[in-house]
Amino acid sequence: MKHGLIKAAVLAASLGVAAPVAAQDSILNVSYDIARELFEALNPAFIAKWKADTGRDLTIDQSHGGSSRQARAILEGLAADVVTFNQETDIDVLAEGGLLPADWRDKLPNGASPYYSLPAFLVRAGNPKNIQDWSDLAREDVAPIFPNPKTSGNARYTYLAAYAYGLEQNGGDHAKAQEFVKAILSSVPVFDTGGRAATQTFAERELGDVLVTFEAETGGIAREYADKGFERVTPSLSLFAAFPAAVVAENAEKKGTTEVATAYLEWLYSPEAQDILAQNFYRVNDAEVSAKYAADFPEVRLVTVDEVFGGWDAIRAEHLADGAILDQVFVNQ
Amino acid sequence: MTAVAAPIRAKRVLPGFTLSLGTTLLYLTVIILIPVLALILKGAEIGPARFWAIVSAPRAVAAFQITLTAAAIATAFNAVYGLLMAWVLVRYDFPGKRLLDALMDIPFALPTAVAGLSLTALFSANGWIGAWLEPQGISVVYTIWGIALAMAFTSVPFVVRTVQPVLEDLDPALDQAARTLGASEVTIFTRVVFPQILPAWLAGCTIAFARSLGEFGAIVFIAGNLPFKTEIAALLAFIRLEEFDYNGAAAIALVLLFFALVLLVVSNRLQAWAARHRGA
Amino acid sequence: MQAVATVNPNQSALAPRLLIGVAVAVTLLIVVAPLAYIFARAFAEGWRVYAANLMHPATVHAIWLTSIVALIVVPINIAFGIAAAWAIARFRFWGRGILVTAIEIPFSISPIIAGICYLLLYGRQGLLGPWLQANDLQVMFALPGIVLVTMFVTAPFVAREVLPLMQAQGSEQEQAAVTLGASGWQVFTRVTLPNIRWALLYGAVLCTARAVGEFGGVSVVSGNIRGQTNTLPLHVELLFNDLNATGAFAAASVLTLLALVALVVKAALEARRGA
Repeated sequence: MKHGLIKAAVLAASLGVAAPVAAQDSILNVSYDIARELFEALNPAFIAKWKADTGRDLTIDQSHGGSSRQARAILEGLAADVVTFNQETDIDVLAEGGLLPADWRDKLPNGASPYYSLPAFLVRAGNPKNIQDWSDLAREDVAPIFPNPKTSGNARYTYLAAYAYGLEQNGGDHAKAQEFVKAILSSVPVFDTGGRAATQTFAERELGDVLVTFEAETGGIAREYADKGFERVTPSLSLFAAFPAAVVAENAEKKGTTEVATAYLEWLYSPEAQDILAQNFYRVNDAEVSAKYAADFPEVRLVTVDEVFGGWDAIRAEHLADGAILDQVFVNQ
Repeated sequence: MTAVAAPIRAKRVLPGFTLSLGTTLLYLTVIILIPVLALILKGAEIGPARFWAIVSAPRAVAAFQITLTAAAIATAFNAVYGLLMAWVLVRYDFPGKRLLDALMDIPFALPTAVAGLSLTALFSANGWIGAWLEPQGISVVYTIWGIALAMAFTSVPFVVRTVQPVLEDLDPALDQAARTLGASEVTIFTRVVFPQILPAWLAGCTIAFARSLGEFGAIVFIAGNLPFKTEIAALLAFIRLEEFDYNGAAAIALVLLFFALVLLVVSNRLQAWAARHRGA
Repeated sequence: MQAVATVNPNQSALAPRLLIGVAVAVTLLIVVAPLAYIFARAFAEGWRVYAANLMHPATVHAIWLTSIVALIVVPINIAFGIAAAWAIARFRFWGRGILVTAIEIPFSISPIIAGICYLLLYGRQGLLGPWLQANDLQVMFALPGIVLVTMFVTAPFVAREVLPLMQAQGSEQEQAAVTLGASGWQVFTRVTLPNIRWALLYGAVLCTARAVGEFGGVSVVSGNIRGQTNTLPLHVELLFNDLNATGAFAAASVLTLLALVALVVKAALEARRGA
């Protein structure tokens, strides 16, 4: 039995070398929760391109879940070749674990973020509560829906964007900004663990008045549930959310997939991929594609994590650490 | 009581002691004990002070309280409903009895996640039952009642299936004697029947309680997962894990493990008591 | 099934009717309604959509993976259950009581905790992680991890059914067989097995149902790779999160059907056992 298996493996390996026609590449893309539809659209296009360029067949396996949860799984041995996350910190964690180089941001353009998005709103048909901006979320008669900021990267952006808005409205007064965020958090009726679960709560369970999630998700959901007449609302100010991508060097080297994994991520910057991204309501840097879909992306003033909070390390220490600001306004309410 | 006496003699006669015990110990060690030991080692790594800080943090304490409260509600419900089911299934004959009996195993066989998904949809404001409860001001989904409901669903067979065989074994002559002596049905139940099934009933309730403490799949869907309100301990352990906080997850898991082990020992004692009760 | 139906003819029929009524009503509400709901939602868009959902390659793969896991786990647990019951019911030794409790540990441990235990042991950062890495063995986020956690969760089922029966039956027959010169294997196959076969099958059925439906523990160690390490219960969650509620309920209906089949088999076994 054992010998049979080894023989079969040797045979398969030698066939693979001898007959390039049967060449088969396979990579695993471990991704964030709400990227399901996006990569279902992107992958076939890249597979076709890879076949045309190299003559090799490619399968791309997908795993979706909360970004931090996915990073933990990779640290524990999930054999991802590439990661496409919505949190830079989650790739930093992989770098700290020795799975990829610390300078991963320099490996691809735009800080290794092929596309970006921002926290935005989705409201019920006709916007009955007239929700226009972050300040409306703090109103007592408004129940916002977003996932648990402790487990969901998506919700962490929501928290930070609301905080940034609170800071600006109060002239940089942190105490007031925290009061503001606390008012929003305390009226959330349910905290799901992931972005998609929150969408379900809003769309299927019909709970809450406004779903706060990435603009890409609000666009996708409005299209998916066209019959329910959800409307997209873009706040006056929001937070630039990078969607970083990286090759998990250690795994890719072990599996011999570095070349295809790198090509896959580089391709995400091509006009073809950027067009698909824009169709899925992600904002892109390609000027032509941006112009083509301009109608889908309302003007918004974007601030960055570096400008407002002094970078992710500071956020981790001041906001996300045990007992830090997020715990104070979220947990100890 | 040949069953107890026999093994002593059997030790000399029957073969396979080394093989069967060896297999059992090997499997138990590899599949159950070593992984649990890994958890305990992780817990020990933390140190007592840090361990205490984690499990006595307000959020953790609240999660334990919520879990215990909901499990208590679920067990109280099952104590009554499970006993009623066992009684009805043993004492009465009616059409559809076998079907009702079979239905009592559904919670064992139905995947808990499927049960959770379905219960949530049923009891939410736009579900079949929720649409009817919500106008009365009764919210089930995303409240502690929802957690208790999911726990009650997954643990009811433990009560029914522990009480049922004991009830079946009861000597009807005792009832009859009491009845001839003029005792009312209620008196017969409380004075004659109930004392005899008490150990089994308590054992069933204890297991149901233990099962409720550990339930996860069904609850994550129906609970609101709000810290301090509807966040259960198993979910908190899961959340800690997602936050890369292995120590936090291990500490909370260890507390749950401790509860489970205590309850298991209690239940086994009760069942031994029940067996003696029956044997006597 | 023994008929102990001892409804006293003199007694007013009101009390039993009331009790039966309440029992049936509560069961309808919390047990039957969820079942009915699953099928109602699965067929909400008609037979064709239902069939298409089930024929989807990812769903087919999830069904296949779940079957493989059950096919590996159940026979092993049957062997373990028999061995444990034989050792505990037929011999006296120190620590027997502890052994009985140890076997039942998985019953009261949250499967999530079980998953965490395995992660702490076999994960890349776990106790055995470095060694596994060095030998290029993938346990977590692959079939072995799913199988191991499922074994943990379902370990007590067979033993728990067989053990009480073997204790109750005593060992006179087996001893007689040994005295007559039968070998250990003959004693087991000719005497013990026929005596415990229904309990054994019953335990195996429950074990299968649980193995097929395991969610919490597997979700920790599966990695959720679509079409690779997604078992059927995980696939239900995945479809639900894909915004394909009908597909999710269709997959759930397969699990529900399996559960119902298990129960029918179990009822049939009980009838055989009683007869």
